[in-house]
Amino acid sequence: MNIENLEKILVEHPFLKDLPVDHIGTVVGCASNRVFAAGEFLSREGEQADQFFLLREGRVSLEVHSPNAGALRIETLTDGDVLGWSWIIEPYRWHFDARALTRVRAIALDGKCLRGKCDSDHELGWRLLRRFARVMEQRLQSTRLQLVDVYGRRKEPAREHA
Amino acid sequence: MPDTAPRGSSAVVVSPAAPRGGPDPMIPVPARILKVRRETHDTWTLEVGPVEGDLLPFAPGQFSMLYVLGVAELPISISGDPAETRRRVYTVRSVGAATAALVGQPEGECIGVRGPFGAPWPVEAARGRDLLLIAGGIGLAPLRPVLYHALAHRDDYGRVLVLYGARSPRDLLYRKELSQWGRERGVHVLTTVDYGGLRWTGNVGVVTTLFRRVPLDPGRTTAMVCGPEIMMRFVVGELETRGVGPDDIWLSMERNMKCGIGLCGHCQFGPMFVCRDGPVLPYRRLRPWVTRHEI
Repeated sequence: MNIENLEKILVEHPFLKDLPVDHIGTVVGCASNRVFAAGEFLSREGEQADQFFLLREGRVSLEVHSPNAGALRIETLTDGDVLGWSWIIEPYRWHFDARALTRVRAIALDGKCLRGKCDSDHELGWRLLRRFARVMEQRLQSTRLQLVDVYGRRKEPAREHA
Repeated sequence: MPDTAPRGSSAVVVSPAAPRGGPDPMIPVPARILKVRRETHDTWTLEVGPVEGDLLPFAPGQFSMLYVLGVAELPISISGDPAETRRRVYTVRSVGAATAALVGQPEGECIGVRGPFGAPWPVEAARGRDLLLIAGGIGLAPLRPVLYHALAHRDDYGRVLVLYGARSPRDLLYRKELSQWGRERGVHVLTTVDYGGLRWTGNVGVVTTLFRRVPLDPGRTTAMVCGPEIMMRFVVGELETRGVGPDDIWLSMERNMKCGIGLCGHCQFGPMFVCRDGPVLPYRRLRPWVTRHEI
């Protein structure tokens, strides 16, 4: 895929929506097109998080492995989602397995390359960090809600609907 | 007097007194269990018909008081088609002695029915707008009449979006209907579960994770939300982030309802009685109260 096509895809991806064109031009230098077959892993827990992914098509499952229970599916991601922020935070290691549930098309962004560009262009770094902060906030809120187990067994209802 | 709902809502306000010329709202009407269908491992749907005469019409979002003779009386949301006049449908999760007794009633058995009670979903005020129905767990049951209504009056509404979350795949209600609704023109149904095994290939994540899958037009969206209260608070946060205003967000509240007509005070919620002023209320009215721990 040539640079022009990659740039077009980046501009259209929800995660980078409205990022200034010159910053898109910078980011595209760290981008590559990737395709994963169903069952293939995009990342493995504990491995070096040297990239993150902008999902274009397909479904990805975030999983954590438990010795007793095997793989536990925590969340599924799909078109328009972003996968991975470990590339920003030392020691740059993945915290989850990410498994393709279907054929997945994604743009991979090289973490080391992008960190270098963010270090030399703080405005780009700030813009990207704000976007990742939003994703982190959403995932944190989701995790909180998941932990509450709102649908768990409960006492006799005040009204039987919830 | 209860406040008037915004946007010309069709909210029915039930007077504490018996409707003039109507049945006494405190006296149960005998009804017969016509059919019992198991929905999930802990949830059943009951079809109930009158022993004689017709049932009073209901609006989507209203509830009945169902009396299991000699056991208990329970407030149960109506989950069937509002166009049906000969039977009333209730989906009940068995979580204790009273609900277990209700779902354990054999077909043909008599129960008592009072109501319908309460303020319904604003389906009339929402004409011409997109409907965003967000349900958690058994909260899909009180929203199902809205779907029946919207499908029967399809041209009166824009897009119909259904976001439904449950604890696990085995807790999903109305699975066949969900996929049927998803095939209707302009209807989008997305489901997710909090915990999915590896064999589950659908979405995993709480219901709020579905928001990023559906582009909203906040200025023309009416959101109707029903589920556990914590879930509804998170959902409201997402809706506000996406620009949906407090007059366009409607929640179905749950409190300890006993009389159904605002007399006994058991279901008081701030200045409101949930059975009479609700259960469906606009978020603008609820906002000052929903995060108060004492309420």
